[in-house]
Amino acid sequence: MTERVTATTKPYTIGRPPFRPGDDADFGGKFTEQPGDLSRPNPIKCGAQDTVLHATGLIRVLDDEGNASGEWDPKLDSETMIQGLEYMMRLRIFDDRMIKMQRTGKLSFYMRSFGEEAIAIAQTMALETQDWIFPSYRQPGAQFVRGRDMVSMICHCIGNTEDNVKGRQMPVHYTWKPGRFISISSPVGTQFSQAVGVAMASAYKGDDEVCISWLGDGTSAQGDYHYALNFASTFKPPVILNVVNNQWAISTHANLATGGRTFAERGLAYDIPSLRVDGNDFLALYSVTKWARERAGAGLGATHIEVFTYRAGAHSSSDDPSAYRPNDEFKCWPGGDPILRLKDHLIGAKLWDEERHIALAKKIDDEVMTAYKEACEFGDLASGPYPPASTIFTEVYETVPWHVQEQREELGK
Amino acid sequence: MVEMNMIKALNSALEVQLAKDKNVVIFGEDVGFFGGVFRVTDGLQKKFGEHRVFDSPLAEGGIAAIAMGMSINGLRPVAEIQFADYIFPAYDQIVNEIAKVRHRSGGEFTAPLTFRTPAGGGIKGGHHHSQSPEAQFTHTPGLKVVYCSNPYNAKGLLTASIECNDPVIFFEPKRCYRGPFYGDPHNVPTWSGHPDGDVPEEHYIVPLEQARIVREGSACTVIAWGTMVHVSEQAIKDSGIDCELIDLQTLVPWDRDTVVNSIRKTGRCVIVHEAPKTSGFGAEMSASIQERCFYHLEAPITRVTGWDTPFPHTTEWDYLPSPERIAEAIKKTQEE
Repeated sequence: MTERVTATTKPYTIGRPPFRPGDDADFGGKFTEQPGDLSRPNPIKCGAQDTVLHATGLIRVLDDEGNASGEWDPKLDSETMIQGLEYMMRLRIFDDRMIKMQRTGKLSFYMRSFGEEAIAIAQTMALETQDWIFPSYRQPGAQFVRGRDMVSMICHCIGNTEDNVKGRQMPVHYTWKPGRFISISSPVGTQFSQAVGVAMASAYKGDDEVCISWLGDGTSAQGDYHYALNFASTFKPPVILNVVNNQWAISTHANLATGGRTFAERGLAYDIPSLRVDGNDFLALYSVTKWARERAGAGLGATHIEVFTYRAGAHSSSDDPSAYRPNDEFKCWPGGDPILRLKDHLIGAKLWDEERHIALAKKIDDEVMTAYKEACEFGDLASGPYPPASTIFTEVYETVPWHVQEQREELGK
Repeated sequence: MVEMNMIKALNSALEVQLAKDKNVVIFGEDVGFFGGVFRVTDGLQKKFGEHRVFDSPLAEGGIAAIAMGMSINGLRPVAEIQFADYIFPAYDQIVNEIAKVRHRSGGEFTAPLTFRTPAGGGIKGGHHHSQSPEAQFTHTPGLKVVYCSNPYNAKGLLTASIECNDPVIFFEPKRCYRGPFYGDPHNVPTWSGHPDGDVPEEHYIVPLEQARIVREGSACTVIAWGTMVHVSEQAIKDSGIDCELIDLQTLVPWDRDTVVNSIRKTGRCVIVHEAPKTSGFGAEMSASIQERCFYHLEAPITRVTGWDTPFPHTTEWDYLPSPERIAEAIKKTQEE
């Protein structure tokens, strides 16, 4: 189902997305790959050559009816699964509220994780609390797992007086050192190779720490992606490198980002065990990340993971996907909705029910609104207060050098 | 004090740092087993182990990213970029990431790292082993830019750079590795017997942000860095004019007081650098000096620089500022 579509008109081969606006999007209904198709190799005895099928197939735990099965089933207790569901619901409700704030001029910009909520949440839950998170802009959900307060996140998105990065970055470019959540940067992919350096430092110090990072299918064309894989292959530090293949890099489909094969398979050429996982399957994501964490913790180096998913929303609040893809394309994505899939699994296992779900959604929505109002007490976008103008000049260097100080005095604030 | 050339002095700085701080690690192309193509890291892997001094894959962009990742996780990496001409694959990591991370993270994450890189011409290196790209880094807030010129300040400035909590781009004038260069390719002395070739074996720093007055004078201030310090020294001698020569040492942040005080005294200024003239760091110096010293100036500020062309191979002596060109510029300031 992932066969690459191309046009062979001269003089070049040009990749084509499967559908354009006006087409009836249809991915064939279901994945052909099923839970149980793929074995779970022993993580501490596994080499890249043992993952060839895992890099070409698709690791799933939840089937289309919401049942969990196969060797990759992490067999999580109900508490953990319900916690995961709660984090994902929180992220979606948070995003929905924030995009409304952006639409009404209360935030300058926003990026949702819509359809990809399981990724950062399941993967961060599978890690240890001392592990480093080096995200792109589509993994803010990791902060919920690490316990960041929503007021603090919203203050950042507004850029008010309580923004911990002092109004210096666009919304969603979070930094949160207490949760070992490293600063998000707009240039795509730079964090991927830096994550290898973070992991090398952990290994050098002898600390039991792993660093996890993500980038997108489009970004995997950047040199930083290949630097990361090659340095990880060479030095074997404890790092987990994820390519989130959500099909779309703004308007450029993954079929234009690569000449073929799966993204996961690229890791095999670097001799890094490589897995391809259903990115809308919370349990499968949790399981592959635990597996990768075990390898890293045992000193066996990197794992490369293609997270196969679909960007259900726009790239950002500045993007209009109706110009380049069918509006309902995400509804026929075979991976479905990650929240509904875990919810259905929990209901099927009699661990959850519709009433509790509705009540939880309402509770979270109230908490988000309360957090938003509280955040606005520290300044809103329209009227401030913003961080003082002096923060333009501080933390450029450890101390303010004379030439920067002169300019600060010139501004007179 | 021991007699050292610049290579030995840099090696000594690294050795002292490796012994002093276990968070210092050194890596780059050919720096490990071999000890670097210019031998600056010679013997360090053997002494401190291959986890602290190691060869990296040949990818400057990767080297920079790894250094950034290590530094935000507590290490103090000193990465070598084998030639400054090859630093550009790392430019995004340096300019957008390393220089900005302290500011963009509200001070939660910092990148205390040093890039050492041999720069400048005079070794018949053609346009890709001769460039002096300091201005491409002085234009980036968040970076400190340092340029040594002799064994003593090489060791002291490198030590200060490694101990600095801001990222530093540290340029080494490769023409001066084995001796000062006075502009005559047919007569190149070694550091032996030169007062700046006497280097303490132990730890010391030459503070960043401080220029060095190489020679006091009253008629004209000559500002230079790297190899051009020595070429300017020769030019001053040849001109017979009583110039004050300033070795800037740190370009960002530069030493305002030393420069301004000198020009208020002399009323004249010649700035010398190897890099092309347009948007070179001399332009910044010149603009800043006239803002601060306009009413003390007796003559236009003059720049003597490399031409606005690619750096040549066999004709490099016509490209680099020569003692003759510099002396001519100094004389002209006296005519106004």
